[in-house]
Amino acid sequence: MSRDFLIAFAHYDQYLSGLWNTLWLSAATLVLASVAGCIVAALMLAPHKIVRLPATTFVDAMRCVPFLLFAYLIYYGLPELSLRFDSWASGLIALAVYHTAYIAEIVRGAWTSLSREQIEAGRAFGFAGLPLLGRIILPQLFFASVPLIGNQSIYILKDSAFLMIITVPELTFAASSVQSTYFVPFASFVIAMLLYWLVTLVIEAMVKRVELAAEIRRG
Amino acid sequence: MSDLPFLLQGAVVTASVSLAAIVLGVPLGLALAIIRWQRVPLLSQVVAAYVSVIRATPAITLALLIFFGSPSIGIVLGATPAAVLTLLINTSAFNCEIWRAALIDFPRDQLEAARAYGMTPVLVFRRVVFPQVWRTSLPALVNEMTLLIKASPALAVIGIVDLTRAASRIGAATYKPLPPFLAATVIYMLLVIIFVTTQRLVERRIRQRFNLA
Repeated sequence: MSRDFLIAFAHYDQYLSGLWNTLWLSAATLVLASVAGCIVAALMLAPHKIVRLPATTFVDAMRCVPFLLFAYLIYYGLPELSLRFDSWASGLIALAVYHTAYIAEIVRGAWTSLSREQIEAGRAFGFAGLPLLGRIILPQLFFASVPLIGNQSIYILKDSAFLMIITVPELTFAASSVQSTYFVPFASFVIAMLLYWLVTLVIEAMVKRVELAAEIRRG
Repeated sequence: MSDLPFLLQGAVVTASVSLAAIVLGVPLGLALAIIRWQRVPLLSQVVAAYVSVIRATPAITLALLIFFGSPSIGIVLGATPAAVLTLLINTSAFNCEIWRAALIDFPRDQLEAARAYGMTPVLVFRRVVFPQVWRTSLPALVNEMTLLIKASPALAVIGIVDLTRAASRIGAATYKPLPPFLAATVIYMLLVIIFVTTQRLVERRIRQRFNLA
């Protein structure tokens, strides 16, 4: 068994490149989905039903579909509409669009629970437009949604593993290729699990820091 | 639409494997939560580490570890037992956290009152704690069940032909992937709706029975 781990460790370069791909795919997804999620959330809160309905339908549909099915749809289904992407682009598009729906729901929830009095008070103090948004609304929205978005980041990290099925060389793909070349399945996947765990611990620590900052800010 | 039976077979596989993991995983999660709640020395730390690692592990990585890794520790599992075990390990960690949150929030005065009446710890749990804790945990448990269904396509990597795999095979055979994918989406929606509706029904029955407004 310890020999297996030594064999797997000898190929640390494959794990590192897999981990690197997992990390940047997840980070890019988080950025893209956060921006798009805010826009979709704004559409979901729009006064007109014609705007609201497509946004809400999109979010509800994504929340019912397993990620792998959606990734298949992008990778195998879009070429039918003569939209062809390679596995990397398909993977990133699938992750970003899928998680946009979840982040939109988080932001919408944070917005709905934002207290109206604070905005009114801000207005009464002469805040309007961008300063109102930047100094009163956005900081509160940010601190209210960070714990949930941190949690969502862990789901993004875990969903990125599905992309091995469409041959994106991320961490689980790397572990799988080490195991199939040298037949060290146990060691190989345990190492991958520990790396995922490490990343999750870092995400959780970062969320804690933001929460601490929020508490200090509140006084 | 001659592919519909194949798709439905996949749906039955998804539903039965998920159901098996749920039926075993909810009580297992409770057992793990009790170990942590009672602060059983050593075991409690082991459970905490288990939950922390499993919560961070993608279902697909876990499925690969269990299916390909188990022979190296002397256990040979078929694809279906490995599939159920994967989902069971995955969901038990999340269920443990849900049950534990409810147990931690349980009012101390009730525990003290029950003990003052001379109830044994087992009796306190059965008569006082559990009947209240399962009601507060129900929504979160059902939410975890729907997440479990959405994680189940990971089992495709160990050769399980579930709903997602069935849809992709039909798509590959007919060169028209959109119709089977949309049909599979509708079936997933129905599966999720069954769980959520059952939860609403149970909650309504609870409210009626205990006259909670």
